[in-house]
Amino acid sequence: MAAEGKVDPMHQFQLETLAGADWNIAGYHIPFTNSSLWMALSTLALIVFVAGGMKRQLVPGRWQMAVETFTGFIDGMLAANIGANGKKYVPYIFSLFMFILFANFLGLLPLGVVGFHPFTFTSHFSATGVLAVLSFSIVIIVGLVKHKLHFFSLFVPHGTPLIMIPLIFMVELISFLVRPFSLGLRLFVAMMAGHVLLEVLSSFVISTGNANIGLFAIAGLPSFILMIGICALELLVAGIQAYVFALLTCVYLNDAENLH
Amino acid sequence: MPQIAQLGEFYASQIFWMLVFFGITFFVVGRGMVPKVMDTVAQRDKQIADDLAAAQKAREAADTEEAAWRTRENANRNVAQGLIAEARTKAAEATAQRLAAAQTGIDATLAAAENRIAEARRAAASQIEDVAADAAGDIVSRLAGLSLDPNAVRSAVKETLAHG
Repeated sequence: MAAEGKVDPMHQFQLETLAGADWNIAGYHIPFTNSSLWMALSTLALIVFVAGGMKRQLVPGRWQMAVETFTGFIDGMLAANIGANGKKYVPYIFSLFMFILFANFLGLLPLGVVGFHPFTFTSHFSATGVLAVLSFSIVIIVGLVKHKLHFFSLFVPHGTPLIMIPLIFMVELISFLVRPFSLGLRLFVAMMAGHVLLEVLSSFVISTGNANIGLFAIAGLPSFILMIGICALELLVAGIQAYVFALLTCVYLNDAENLH
Repeated sequence: MPQIAQLGEFYASQIFWMLVFFGITFFVVGRGMVPKVMDTVAQRDKQIADDLAAAQKAREAADTEEAAWRTRENANRNVAQGLIAEARTKAAEATAQRLAAAQTGIDATLAAAENRIAEARRAAASQIEDVAADAAGDIVSRLAGLSLDPNAVRSAVKETLAHG
């Protein structure tokens, strides 16, 4: 019992092949994993959610109001960070924000109760990294297309003394190149840390509960109460991390659109 | 840490499926649905703005209408007051004329009456002279037994009357 009762907090991040164990494209092995399944579910949920808000009524119902609130929120964020030019990024930023938001929330659903364990693919840097690199590529492409080589003046702030330019250029270049890593890692770390914390606390509850009632009372019960609070915190983090990802992408896009 | 331990085995799968599903999200939701939702919002905002503008225009029209009505009303009132003033002066004039006419009539009547009174007084005075002369002649003839000339008596009486 003791060996089986031991909970491995990292097990929840384990990728498992569900289908296509022998699928290959150009030599790359691309099985359909539990991670892929939850990406698909996030996409599906998002499509259902937004489609429900497409009734296009003049006086919106609740669902339409909810969807319009999200599009308005993204629109406002882009308008505040980039200005009128930001309008064209609404589809991308909206997809990014909602995809991450739905992924984070779906990963927190207590479906384990009915034996169907949710998987949070945003807790894998191999997944968040794709989104980060995508955002970063868009920033570079927009910057280079819009400003040509003048884009590199981004790395030399106004009023830099001539003698400092090489050093400042290197510092700014490094900070610029670190962006995709910070973007992807921030989301991955935040999601993983929260899930590990919940898992560790739940392992306390389970193992003390299996041990004896006294131990459960001093360690298990407080852990359980703490878990409830942390669950609420994790819901907040799920929203905040999606927001931060979208907001930073907006800020970087602003650099590319308007230089400085 | 499965994220690193399984990286070699699954990185291609992760990247591929991420691109597939995020691509679906972007093209179906981001490009397909979001513009329609935003369009609906924009249409609603436009309708609200239009309605507000129409209301504003209607209010302005009402205001100008009211101002026009007010000037018209004021003009009408002025005209009416002019008419009233005119009628009043006309009536006053007519009254004054009639009063003047009545006054002249009254004056003429008064003058005639005074003449008549004066005439009567004169007639009465001359009659009194006659009566006084007769009475004086009688008194003289009865008391003194004198028979005087009536003309002398008359002149004597006249003198006495004139002296009071």
